[in-house]
Amino acid sequence: MRLNPVAKTVLQRLGLGLITLFVVSIIIFSAIAMLPGDFAKATLGQSATPETVAALQHEIGLDRPPVERYFSWIGKMAKGDFGSSFASRTGYRRTVAEIIAPRLYNTMFLAVMTALIAVPLALGLGIVAALYRNSWFDRVVNTVTLTTISFPEFFVAYMLAFLIISRDTFAGTEFAQSLPVWLAISINWTLNVVPKFPTLANINDQTPFWDHVWRAALPSATLTLVIVAHMMRMTRAAILNMLSSPYIDMARLKGMRPMVVVLRHALPNAWAPIVTVVAFNLAYLIVGVVVVEVVFVYPGVGQLMVDAVRSRDVPVVQACALVFAATYVLLNLIADIISIATNPRLLHPR
Amino acid sequence: MSESEYKFRVAQSLIGRGKVSRRDFIHLGLAAGLTVAASDQIFVTVARAQPQQGGFAKLGMAHGATTDSIDPAGYPDTFTQTAFSGAMSNGLTEVDAKGGIQPDLAESFESSNGAKTWVFKLRKGVTFHNGKKVTAEDVVSSMRYHMGVDTKSAAKSLLESVSDIKADGPETVVFTLNSGNADFPYIMSDYHFVIMPSVDGKADWASGTRTGAFVLENFQPGVSAKLKRNPNYFKNGKPYLDEVEFIAITDLAARMAALSTGEVDYIGRADLKTLGMLKRNPKIEIIEVTGYGHYTLPMNVTIAPFDNPDVRMAMKWAIDRQEIADKIFLGHATVANDSPIAPAIKFYKNPEPQHRFDPEKARHYLKKAGMEKLKVDLSVADAAFAGAVDAGALIRETAAQCGIDVNVVREAEDAYWDNVWLKKPWCASYWSGRATADWMFTQAFAAESSWNESFWKNPRFNELLVQARAETDEAKRAAMYGEMQQLAHDDSGSIVLVFNNFVSAQSKKLGHGDVAPNWENDGLKMAERWWMAEA
Repeated sequence: MRLNPVAKTVLQRLGLGLITLFVVSIIIFSAIAMLPGDFAKATLGQSATPETVAALQHEIGLDRPPVERYFSWIGKMAKGDFGSSFASRTGYRRTVAEIIAPRLYNTMFLAVMTALIAVPLALGLGIVAALYRNSWFDRVVNTVTLTTISFPEFFVAYMLAFLIISRDTFAGTEFAQSLPVWLAISINWTLNVVPKFPTLANINDQTPFWDHVWRAALPSATLTLVIVAHMMRMTRAAILNMLSSPYIDMARLKGMRPMVVVLRHALPNAWAPIVTVVAFNLAYLIVGVVVVEVVFVYPGVGQLMVDAVRSRDVPVVQACALVFAATYVLLNLIADIISIATNPRLLHPR
Repeated sequence: MSESEYKFRVAQSLIGRGKVSRRDFIHLGLAAGLTVAASDQIFVTVARAQPQQGGFAKLGMAHGATTDSIDPAGYPDTFTQTAFSGAMSNGLTEVDAKGGIQPDLAESFESSNGAKTWVFKLRKGVTFHNGKKVTAEDVVSSMRYHMGVDTKSAAKSLLESVSDIKADGPETVVFTLNSGNADFPYIMSDYHFVIMPSVDGKADWASGTRTGAFVLENFQPGVSAKLKRNPNYFKNGKPYLDEVEFIAITDLAARMAALSTGEVDYIGRADLKTLGMLKRNPKIEIIEVTGYGHYTLPMNVTIAPFDNPDVRMAMKWAIDRQEIADKIFLGHATVANDSPIAPAIKFYKNPEPQHRFDPEKARHYLKKAGMEKLKVDLSVADAAFAGAVDAGALIRETAAQCGIDVNVVREAEDAYWDNVWLKKPWCASYWSGRATADWMFTQAFAAESSWNESFWKNPRFNELLVQARAETDEAKRAAMYGEMQQLAHDDSGSIVLVFNNFVSAQSKKLGHGDVAPNWENDGLKMAERWWMAEA
């Protein structure tokens, strides 16, 4: 039986993905085992006495050998049980699932929100830039996006926070007083045009939806600034690449409008590289945003994982690592499916 | 006095009780011949000085992790301590703003038998959040939670001297100690020793039912904790606030930004480097309190060369404490003198002479030890205290001028307390300090303490420690603690660099009385003690 190429890819990739996840879990587990200290010592810190450390280690099972611990974890994992955090105590169970679920929701929320803004923006800018190549518009867009991607994300984040603070404080600074009055007033006016976005994105499970969007505005803006350049430039390059092909010249000679040439003729053949880059950036939105989370105090999975590594809460670290690895595998898979589906030669192989 | 002036006076006294609005007050002020700005200023000053009911305060804490829980065996840092111990719970005693000990859930306490037996009488009619009466049984279970072989409590060692606790009737608890301790009520004020309801003879911490000024409403570990006023709180009129939310903001810049934009009303541990900028904001007040916390460099006195008292003395003279206070702590620290007892603590006495940077003296002691040159390793990491690595660099420079070659070893931050502290011959360390001289000395300087970080065993010191603990004559105690501070200064292996200041910043909307120095955030009790001066 001949499988549809899409189904074949999906099956193949899912199988490979499972193996990847397994390897990731082993690497993470051994990496944490090699770090100095364990949960009991990390939690008790300076005040640890040998007896309290031993009592705590026994309660959370840290006195068992690592190999045994790993296999009991993966055994439960195979049944879909993520286990309990080491922060659990008798009569007070905190499952990994219940710890991760709200954080994962927050991370996904931010990622989706950013993607909804950044992806159309990047594609639109890329297409227009390709259309008016070497124009002023093209140059300005290129320069601005390259500038924002070149700064580290925490810098972009702090600059945005600083702008919000400056709304209230700019007029009182020595810098403002040293400027000509008309300039100071217009800067102050410009600053106050920006809505007063919250610099503290601390949300919880009771935050209403629109409040969540409002609070996530600055983190989302930061991430948008960071990822737009990559996707936009790839869109522009892929389309330009197509525009030099003979069939585009043909379309032009037929007298089609430039916009139609780009959208109907060039773009369908340029999807594959664009989608790959988009997938890569979306994966980054989920697994790579810990710095932005810290700066805006946004409770996402990234912060959770850093916290868990610091306290050596192995089950939580493992679960976070698996979530991240699975995100990469799935997004890459989706990108490949789209590449195949948009390319008739791959979709109907001879 | 005209009628309008009189009304204005009356109005001033009513502000504090929240019975006059700002607008009405300004009207009266205008009638009495004042300008709008002047009466507004008076309104704010008076309103802030008087506690008033109501309001919702958002408090930004410098800590908070996803592993936090309401279990009093833990409470590793200011988030859990301020929210779950200070706001939600009570101990038997508490430390007041002057560093004195006050009864809290206890009504009174007294000792007998050479401070070996302590009797705490509980306040009558106090209830837990669920309405259950607080009995002696609850106190016994709550204390036992931190005792015994299998306890996981970080406060276990504090109760090691307790040989027995029993309830004597429903309102009296009797503690029996192995040896006399005149400061035992201070130990009961520790933030771990909160009173929890007893269920089947065991302390029930997991329900979060306590006695405190606030009831836990929502807690997301590592994110925030929201608490609302306990209407049946036993302290008259307290708490003033209706609601408080503790928000974990571990990033320094994020904390400063959140206060500047008014998203929180208070932040613990303000950024010292940008404090000057924050001070320019007229809506923000900065509070600085010299606490009990101190930064130390313990030398292991059982290992050469530190086994020689003259070498220790040379090291003590080879460090420029003032420079460290100015450059590392940017002036927000008080220079210490190799004794761990902070100026705010009872029986504090500054030993003579003040140790400062003096290459002559350092060389003199080095020569006395029979050495011309000395090479030592100093193990540091910022896990010990922020700035430890930089302090090491400064010490290397000053020591070099005394003929001492200090090799600063930068250790891993992870598991620092596990692998470096108490293991390396000379390292950096931090103590949050204790409320009494006895408590501090017992934990960090007593011969048998497992945290005797310099392994110092001075017979005279240890003899005095036991005597002073059981002594009830204040004058004699003062003399003994004076001598002990001198001994620590002259002989011990602990170099005490500076006492840290608690630097917090807050919106002027928040009102407060004198701020307690025993822990951060007004002795962890800010939620109970502070109020919203204007909504």
